[in-house]
Amino acid sequence: MAVRLVPSRSTVLMAPALAWLTALMVVPCVLVLALAFFRRGIYGGVDYTFTLENFAAVVDPLYAGIFLNSARIAGLATLIAVVVGYAAAYAIAAAPRHRQPLYLFLAVLPFWSNYLIRTYAWIVLLNREGLLTQLLRWVGYTGELPSLLYTEGAVIAGLVYNYLPFVVLACYAPLARLNPELREASRDLGGSAFTTFRRITLPLTLPGVAAGAVFVFVLSIGNFVTPALLGGGRFQMIGNLVYDQFLAANDWPFGAALAMALIAIMMLLLMLQAFAATRAEGRQSPDRGEAAHG
Amino acid sequence: MTSERVLLGVEAVTKRFGTVTAVDAVSLAIRENEFFALLGPSGCGKTTLLRMLAGFETPNEGRILLDGRDISAVPPNRRPVNLMFQSYALFPHMSVRANIAYGLEMERLPKDEIRARTDAIMATTQLSAMADRRPDQLSGGQRQRVALARALVKRPRLLLLDEPLGALDKKLRGAMQLELKRLQHEVGITFIMVTHDQEEALVMADRIAVLRDGHLLQCGTPNEIYERPSGRFVADFIGVTNFIPGRAAPGGVAAASGLLVRGARPQGLADGAEAWAAVRPERLSLFPGPQAENRTTGIVEATAYHGLDLQVHVRTALAASPLLVRVTAEQAERRPVAPGDTVEIGWAAADTRIFAKD
Amino acid sequence: MAERSAATRRSLGVVLALVFAFLYIPIGVLIALSFNEGGLPTVWSGFSLKWYGSLASNGQILSAALNTLIVALASTAIATALGTLLAIGVEIRRRRGRALEALIFAPMIIPDIVLAIALLSFFSILNVTMGLHTIMLAHVVFNIAFVCAVVRARLKSFDWSVVEASTDLGATALTTFRRITLPMIAPAVIAGALLAFTLSVDEFIIAFFTAGAGRASTTLPMQIYAMIRFGVTPELNALATLVIAVSVTALALSQRINRTIAT
Repeated sequence: MAVRLVPSRSTVLMAPALAWLTALMVVPCVLVLALAFFRRGIYGGVDYTFTLENFAAVVDPLYAGIFLNSARIAGLATLIAVVVGYAAAYAIAAAPRHRQPLYLFLAVLPFWSNYLIRTYAWIVLLNREGLLTQLLRWVGYTGELPSLLYTEGAVIAGLVYNYLPFVVLACYAPLARLNPELREASRDLGGSAFTTFRRITLPLTLPGVAAGAVFVFVLSIGNFVTPALLGGGRFQMIGNLVYDQFLAANDWPFGAALAMALIAIMMLLLMLQAFAATRAEGRQSPDRGEAAHG
Repeated sequence: MTSERVLLGVEAVTKRFGTVTAVDAVSLAIRENEFFALLGPSGCGKTTLLRMLAGFETPNEGRILLDGRDISAVPPNRRPVNLMFQSYALFPHMSVRANIAYGLEMERLPKDEIRARTDAIMATTQLSAMADRRPDQLSGGQRQRVALARALVKRPRLLLLDEPLGALDKKLRGAMQLELKRLQHEVGITFIMVTHDQEEALVMADRIAVLRDGHLLQCGTPNEIYERPSGRFVADFIGVTNFIPGRAAPGGVAAASGLLVRGARPQGLADGAEAWAAVRPERLSLFPGPQAENRTTGIVEATAYHGLDLQVHVRTALAASPLLVRVTAEQAERRPVAPGDTVEIGWAAADTRIFAKD
Repeated sequence: MAERSAATRRSLGVVLALVFAFLYIPIGVLIALSFNEGGLPTVWSGFSLKWYGSLASNGQILSAALNTLIVALASTAIATALGTLLAIGVEIRRRRGRALEALIFAPMIIPDIVLAIALLSFFSILNVTMGLHTIMLAHVVFNIAFVCAVVRARLKSFDWSVVEASTDLGATALTTFRRITLPMIAPAVIAGALLAFTLSVDEFIIAFFTAGAGRASTTLPMQIYAMIRFGVTPELNALATLVIAVSVTALALSQRINRTIAT
């Protein structure tokens, strides 16, 4: 640490970037927060009188229903992604050490191709003449085929597909960090492979996985591209609702309130996760024998 | 305290990783209640051997017999053998008590018995006061005791210790050496310890096996290993030794300068073959008496004070590097030496050990 | 590593194979179909590059690609400069408050839709005419955070005594930065820039909200979104394949460059 450097130098170096972030992130976000407290203008636009009715509308049964439905879809997608992603990460962490970087790279690579294109790939797969339909025909199924596209299943598949690499990465980190000797110690003390997983590996890696799960949930619930493209607009999620308020219904204050609700959900979940992680703190320490208290 | 009954037989065990042979045809017989040390530099195969005993590696060749039964293929959770890990591998999300009880729970013992045995071992290892603490709230020495208690509570036939004192600081290590020895005596369980620290092995073990590059070089009591090392490597690895290079000649080794170092030659060492004469620093004396068959003169190059003794480096015609002579503080006071002094050094032929050059 | 039983290893291998199949089959099908001769999007009728040819003559796509390139290059250049300075500033700082860390971290975790509507509201209220320049301004926001993160990771293992040595030998702060610090962290800076470029090229939601009216400022992802809504076409398959190729190449390059400093 360069303690000998003049402290003001760091401020000078940070200033341009911090100014940019302040002007184009902090100020706009505060602005949106403020918008949520105003009334919608008669011809769109904003009528600058203070109100709380936008927040009341968020919990209105009509919109609360959409909230709950998007929470359900996002929750389901998160659950599937976490279970599959954990299994994949476990398999990668169990692979020979020299192969792990390659497997991890392969698991994460799709994440770096365009989100729209990854979603589009599912349209290609699921559409009326898509690969899945052809596959069913090929095995001899001639009956009426239910539409695979524009279903809740398609939306969930798309969300899982898009965020799975992220979950694999989030699950791999705590699994790879886990001291393998802990597992060996459990085996040595008489634990079976399953007991060892249930009592040692899982409880020690779950807090790390939770952070990944929170992000997937928030990204899913606020998503508007996947429901729009794979749900065909039939499955509204909060993201779609926000989109509509800004680009269709022109009710910016309500859209702002929805966005705030989204941020609030994220903060709440992250705080819960951080709380759980703090309680588990030290459990993740590599346990390499340094004395904690002299 | 050590019976003659063999508890563990290691029979020509070999373990290869790819093209590397980590353990090469090692055979050992470890007796009931023995404190046994596997000693060697890092990479000598001692840890691999220990892991085979614990069941984490399977030998490619050879057998491991416990009480006469071949356990080579028995998985670690089914062996009456426990390992104390070098990192201790304490479960960080469990209290001290839960860590210790874990192994008993695996045996599906009644709750009362688990409780009683956990309490008892915590009392023995002085951990009762911290039963509800988590590992990260313990000091290094306390963690070490938890690791030990966790393994001992299962009453294994054999306890394996991987560098048990490696993670402790030097001062604590000295105290724990004696503590471990006392505990082993108290519980009456056979201990096999892996260490790279020759001093630790000499202090703690009843018998020591010295390994190098996967080979067993020598197995014996600390005294045998120190006084009658089987080769140059063991002599060098255990304690400090002066080596004088030369060729085997009648009655000893002829040094490069032509001087003859007298000593008993091992069998099979032909005249003229390259050889080492070795002698411990404490066997050398300045101002030798008439009984010293080997004597030469040299110049004191440096002296170093070590508390109880003085180490004197003397340059002689015998070897390229100066010989190290250990003189007691008392002797040094009686006849002080200083750098630049010309001194005579000598030792008895019986104290010379001669090794073939390998 | 403890030896797992053969059965466990086999089932873990199967899990991995299934996950990779799940991840790669959709993209693989898409790429394969982009070389399909026939006009029917999902029926194979022979190998052809003709859809790539038709892309090259599609004016809308070409202009969208040009727009994307402009936005990505400009936002990458600005974000790389600001993000690198930010990273150095943060790392030489003795005390780093949680507020500062949160501010730097926020652009990476804020949902795109929130930043998108925030910037849309901001620009509208200020009466800023929106276009490529506003997209670029917006992209710099999250790119700063990513460049900063990559460079900071490198600076964590940076030996600051070399900076002191250079100063001790008489170099000015600027000379030290130019001759010592920058060359030493250059791989991380380049890796960060490539990452920023990829993110900007792929970004859709924020661009969609801050592009303003009119076709003139349509970026490639916006064009792709419009085409997807229209349906599956072989031309779109070809375009998608090209975009994937560009992203993957940039990422692989970024990884390779960043790895050279780790060793």
